[in-house]
Amino acid sequence: MSNEAILHEHQTGAHDAGHAHEHHHHETFITKYVFSQDHKMIAKQFLITGIIWAIIGGLFSVLFRLQLGYPESTFPWLEDFLGNWAKGGKLDPDFYYALVTMHGTILVFFVLTAGLSGTFSNFLIPLQVGARDMASPFLNMLSYWFFFAASIVMMASLFVQTGPASGGWTIYPPLSALGEASSGSKIGMDLWLISMSLFIINALLGGLNYITTVLNMRTKGMSMTRMPLTMWAFFFTAVLGVLSFPVLLSGCILLLFDRNLGTSFYLSDIVINGKILPNEGGSAILFQHLFWFLGHPEVYIIILPAMGIASEVMSVNSRKPIFGYMAMVGSLFAIAALSFLVWAHHMFVTGLNPFLGSFFVLLTLLIAVPSAIKVFNWLTTLWRGNIRFTPGMLFAIGFVSMFISGGLTGIFLGNSALDIHLHDTYFIVAHFHIVMGVAGMFGMFAGLYHWYPKMYGRYMNNTLAYIHFWVTLIGSYLIFWPMHYEGLAGMPRRYYEFSGWESFNMFGGLNQFISFVSIIVFAAQLLFVFNFFYSIFKGRKVTELNPWGAASLEWSTPIRPGHGNWPGEIPEVHRWAYDYGKDGRDFIPQTEPVGEDESKH
Amino acid sequence: MTTATAQPTTKLWSGGKSPFNVSYGKLMMWYFLMSDAFTFGAFLISYGTIRFSQNVWADPNHVFNAFPFMGHANLPLAFVSLMTFILIFSSVTMVLAVHEGHKMNRKGVEKWLVWTILGGLAFLGCQAWEWTHLITGEHEVLVNGAIQSWGTTVTHNPWGPEVLFNGKEVATPGPIAFGGYFFGITGFHGFHVFSGVVINIIMLIQTRMKVFENRGHYEMIEKAGLYWHFVDLVWVFVFLCFYLV
Ligand code: HEM
Ligand SMILES: [Cu+2]
Repeated sequence: MSNEAILHEHQTGAHDAGHAHEHHHHETFITKYVFSQDHKMIAKQFLITGIIWAIIGGLFSVLFRLQLGYPESTFPWLEDFLGNWAKGGKLDPDFYYALVTMHGTILVFFVLTAGLSGTFSNFLIPLQVGARDMASPFLNMLSYWFFFAASIVMMASLFVQTGPASGGWTIYPPLSALGEASSGSKIGMDLWLISMSLFIINALLGGLNYITTVLNMRTKGMSMTRMPLTMWAFFFTAVLGVLSFPVLLSGCILLLFDRNLGTSFYLSDIVINGKILPNEGGSAILFQHLFWFLGHPEVYIIILPAMGIASEVMSVNSRKPIFGYMAMVGSLFAIAALSFLVWAHHMFVTGLNPFLGSFFVLLTLLIAVPSAIKVFNWLTTLWRGNIRFTPGMLFAIGFVSMFISGGLTGIFLGNSALDIHLHDTYFIVAHFHIVMGVAGMFGMFAGLYHWYPKMYGRYMNNTLAYIHFWVTLIGSYLIFWPMHYEGLAGMPRRYYEFSGWESFNMFGGLNQFISFVSIIVFAAQLLFVFNFFYSIFKGRKVTELNPWGAASLEWSTPIRPGHGNWPGEIPEVHRWAYDYGKDGRDFIPQTEPVGEDESKH
Repeated sequence: MTTATAQPTTKLWSGGKSPFNVSYGKLMMWYFLMSDAFTFGAFLISYGTIRFSQNVWADPNHVFNAFPFMGHANLPLAFVSLMTFILIFSSVTMVLAVHEGHKMNRKGVEKWLVWTILGGLAFLGCQAWEWTHLITGEHEVLVNGAIQSWGTTVTHNPWGPEVLFNGKEVATPGPIAFGGYFFGITGFHGFHVFSGVVINIIMLIQTRMKVFENRGHYEMIEKAGLYWHFVDLVWVFVFLCFYLV
């Protein structure tokens, strides 16, 4: 038996699968839509689950913004809707914390991780590298179902009597480790940990598939440096996930033990309700290290796919090659590598040795270099391009704007001395919402508007899309920009109300304004959701193979590709994915052989 | 295994083939093991930081000195050495199973898989004995001026420094983190061994059903083997961290 035989077997196997499909259609509803092993269907499953979570998570933020913006008012309808959690029309403080925690957890993990890389890595990797499907379609399917299971458990935690986890999305012990500490630290916290463990398995199975598909399954001629930047971004994202999520898993397991078996991994010297606990010798800071060793790469797990999508969409719609392809790949790599070395910048004020802190300051600020390279290259890609302002393009440009604004505040925070003042204030909230939350969502929207025709064979409505874009862009700045001022003035995050502070009363009006705008922005997202689902059934049909005139491989498939993607042979690739505006031609697809007298790029 | 047919290295990455000349399944296994190494790494580093933040720790020569059927004989680390030997031996039998797979010798694969499974089960049995012995074996501890009898659990550690009490040497409570980490990490490793045994049993059944013979290669055995060697390798680190230092 030879290694060659094994390698070969897989390729032909996949090929046969592609063929078989055309001839006999014995797919049932179950195998086509539910337990599907087609990467395109799995992508849509991730997407729609993500959309549902985004609506829930977004709604939560509207609810707690009501409390923050209108602390004096009551909303009797809230009681009809939430019962005891909003007695007399005012959010219960415990429930407020539950909402904030769930908002963070849902948006960071379920929407911007599973919903973003789950959707686009699955959808685009086989299409853009030229493969029939993922390396292992079966594990890919399992990956979605683990996500589904995680979703069910998290959803269930919303309905238990003591409420879901409420210690913040970072679930720091000892608060999260002791059931007596708060109602959200009871069963809701266990469910959170179980759900996240399932989620980590989903991320792992997905990530392994993405990595191996990119490395092993590229079609003939698709060398690594001919891949679109989306592929590089998803590849590095997967590597980050595979290496950092397991550390969170370890942290979660130890926390589960502390909660349920009486161990003392994170607990020491604790008095609760006048009772001295026997736990001794553990360290709450240890958890922070484990959490942020994942937590910081996690923020890049969110933003790298968005970067990849923005690069691709911007190049296509500027009708210009992406500026500095190799620099883009290099900076993705630098960001991915550095992201493992900066986690303690979230812990500057935990009592971390300031000498050690200074190393983390240095490494943190170093990330600004590759980030700036990317920004520079995006702007130069736009420079003198024939820009088509499609909705996807607008969101891609919006992404760059958000990334710049939020990245700049990161430089403030990366200085450990400044961070003493800014830590745990609204400045942080502003920083990460702009640079990760909004930018991540913008990347997702850019991708959705751009690849929707490939996903569903129809277009989304442009007018609704433009309204969606402008309301979201302006609204997001209006919501998060003022938070910088609140944070600089010292207003702490994660507080139920600020009436106890004379000095923050001046922000009453501002808070009201922020809450008001968030309701509008939330409504604009519902517009998007409507547009999305409506267009699946009623959208304008796609009639040409390559509506955007893009060079990459996914547009060489039929308008509605079946399982196996290409009806015949997988096309061979002869050039990189960015031959736009070359030799007087608008674009040259990757499948076209390099001509005799073609100029070099 | 034949090596790559001669091809210029520049072509390796140009698409249409696997750049490392391995199947996607093995590549996935390698990445999974890297990921799993980070899980264990996180546990062991946590253990290290907590352990070295304590003034005292339990002396392994003292804690792990029992052997089944040997009564109270003082045999420091003898039993765990046996366990380690069993596990390493099962790695050897796994190598032999993979080797027979290359030769397409189904009977040979079956034989060595059975030995590997037995080795894994024996290891788990030993671990079960060791855990039981620690948890149920009571030791006298001086707590608040009175003698109590403690087993070694996640909440009790009877292996603290000894003091003189009524003219007798008695132990005081040691850091409770000891039990948590010991049972937590060896348990997590034991869970991996257990999964490995289950995987190997599935492989054995499939081998017997001639699944691999019909497929023309025994690559699945190789993948199971990678996992099994990894689990053994992790044990070496666990052994080092809990028994030797
Ligand atoms: C130049 C780049 C960046 C630097 C120097 C930087 C620095 C920092 C620092 C020092 C903190 C901790 C502040 C504190 O808690 O006191 C922080 C928080 C945070 N950053 Fe950044 N950051 C950068 C870019 C990003 C990017 C690109 C993302 C996401 C895609 C991001 C997401 C976050 C999040 C989520 C938090 C807060 C987490 C929490 O406490 O809940 N940052 N950043
Ligand atoms: Cu960070």
